[in-house]
Amino acid sequence: MFAIVDYDTGNTRNLKKAFDYLDVATVLTADPAELAAADAVILPGVGAFAAAMAALNERQLVPVVQRLARDGKPMLGICLGMQLLFKSSNEYGDHVGLGLLKGRVTALPADLGVKVPQMGWNQNVLQQPASAFKAIDQNYTYFVHSYYAVCPTDEIVATVQHGVTVPSIVQRDNVVGMQFHPEKSGQVGLQQLATFKDMVSANDFSSN
Amino acid sequence: MLAKRLIPCLDVADGRVKKGVNFVNLTDVGDPVEIAAAYQQQGADELVFLDISATNEQRRTMADLVEEVSAQVFMPLTIGGGISRVDDMQRILKAGADKVAINSAAVANPALIKAGAEKFGNQCIVVAIDAAWDEAAQMYRVYTHGGKKATDLDALDWAQQAVALGAGELLVTSMDRDGTKAGFDLNLYQALGEVVAVPLIASGGAGNLADFVEVFDQAPVDGALAASVFHYGELTISQVKQALAAKGVIVR
Repeated sequence: MFAIVDYDTGNTRNLKKAFDYLDVATVLTADPAELAAADAVILPGVGAFAAAMAALNERQLVPVVQRLARDGKPMLGICLGMQLLFKSSNEYGDHVGLGLLKGRVTALPADLGVKVPQMGWNQNVLQQPASAFKAIDQNYTYFVHSYYAVCPTDEIVATVQHGVTVPSIVQRDNVVGMQFHPEKSGQVGLQQLATFKDMVSANDFSSN
Repeated sequence: MLAKRLIPCLDVADGRVKKGVNFVNLTDVGDPVEIAAAYQQQGADELVFLDISATNEQRRTMADLVEEVSAQVFMPLTIGGGISRVDDMQRILKAGADKVAINSAAVANPALIKAGAEKFGNQCIVVAIDAAWDEAAQMYRVYTHGGKKATDLDALDWAQQAVALGAGELLVTSMDRDGTKAGFDLNLYQALGEVVAVPLIASGGAGNLADFVEVFDQAPVDGALAASVFHYGELTISQVKQALAAKGVIVR
């Protein structure tokens, strides 16, 4: 059972549908006990960083999620959910994130001849050949975002180019983030979720 | 680099795809899930479903359709037709759509663009514009109600206003070219590209491979939408992508 963190952040249903499709049972919950009991915690997210952190705080979930991650619970942040994993963001002011990954979130530069938000299919380049996510190399996934992560290279599994180099998959041990929407990225997206599922089943997060 | 998008457009009434979707290997050409899955398999980058239902009550079935399609087909879905309130947007997005397209309702009530963008984000709000060149007025005139009703709006002005109000993407149909298979209206998209910076989707006039190559090569568009050439299997998505790639256009 995977727990999708319920904190009022737009479209969790499509994520649930993708896991259904992969035969992974999910529960949408904000209950710390249910999160602790789950095999993995999925942090979805659509919207703005500050509002999402405020919603987590309101439900007193920030220390819960932090403790679970530090205790080794497999965790997957998606889109804004990935950005929340970092230390901070400067989206509309400076805001503190969950701090589970090193690095910070900042605006995609709009003056480099690309459109912001990045909206559409972009081609991933694998940065860590031994990664469990290696099948993503050269494949396209679907992005919708205006902010991106600036983080140490050892956390970066794959990237895309959009004016700047944008981390598309990040990982530190049991904490994984995907900037794209795997639930909207066709077979390639489903494959990434299936890889995460396999990592959880094997309890093997060593290969980032 | 972002790939240029190819977008089949499907007409829907009463929760079923209507008019002439006629692939091979489909047992039921009206089933939205089966058709959407076939397009996903072909490599479509996004799907647009356009609700052509006559009445309000039937629109509920559009949410059912989105619900069903998004359980089996994992690609961006845009829904248009009959969306005139923020509640309508919410219902469709909640069912699994990624974007809603508004056309006549946005012209009648431009504040709807802003209300939708504020609630769901600009990226969710597509403003669809139907336009035809008006020689006397020397402008691209905007039409509403499926092209039946002329407005006083200049499409270039309306596009800028829509973007200022929060439209995250423009889906612009050339009524002069729609159904003609004479190619996309390059002048229209070149002119729009001069005045707006959001993603621009060209629609109307696709007839052959060269038309797709031409619009991506010569106009600042991010995607091209077509219906009949894909539905009747005259061109497959992968054929078009191969032709585009051969000319150096980035495709998935």
